[in-house]
Amino acid sequence: MKPGSKTIHIQYYALMREERGLSNESYNTDAQDAQQLFAELNQQFRFSLPPERLRVSINDQFENWNSAINENDRIVFIPPVAGG
Amino acid sequence: MFSISETSIDATKLKENFSNSHAGAFVSFEGWVRDHNEGKEVLTLEYEAYDQLCNNEAQAIFAEVREKFGVIEVCCVHRTGALKIGELAVWVGVSSAHRGDAFAACRYLIDEIKSRLPIWKKETYLNGTTGWVNCQTHCAHTQPHQEASPAPLHR
Repeated sequence: MKPGSKTIHIQYYALMREERGLSNESYNTDAQDAQQLFAELNQQFRFSLPPERLRVSINDQFENWNSAINENDRIVFIPPVAGG
Repeated sequence: MFSISETSIDATKLKENFSNSHAGAFVSFEGWVRDHNEGKEVLTLEYEAYDQLCNNEAQAIFAEVREKFGVIEVCCVHRTGALKIGELAVWVGVSSAHRGDAFAACRYLIDEIKSRLPIWKKETYLNGTTGWVNCQTHCAHTQPHQEASPAPLHR
């Protein structure tokens, strides 16, 4: 593994899950923060929701898009919610 | 107490947990599956939740409720899976010494639950199409506290 590269775990829900075709995956990336990671994924999978319509969670907590991502982190991009 | 339930919510049983000699008021809210949304006839719907984050965020909301209002007990249960028209989708309950705190806390609780918990709803319409609610291109992401003020009753 090259320097800066890390393996993270991504979970997908709702529309994101359907568009990715997976509920979760382990993913190797050089991205330093959540914003970079989403841009990298979006280039490959062309999600319909832009980042400004999403929130991000790291290890089961809402975080900012510029939050650093580290080895083994659990990352979820949160589509607009509709509970209740 | 917060929980996500894959099976029917028993509101009567949940209410029994609120028995407390200090409580003079109890207010609950039930969200039911209705047969229409934004002009379309809904046949069924399905809820999906990110359980761990739901629980973390619900505990944060409960802490806010306890800080802002004089509550004794707070509870929320939200369904996941396939639901039919008329089924109970979410139940929240609050007890307090007096009704003012109970009403206000219940309103705050359901508004925050709806706008902050990572729960998604996919509707199947009478015309055979489906859609993830709030995920269409014209809708913005609801931000925390945005729905905390009184709003029209038809939501």
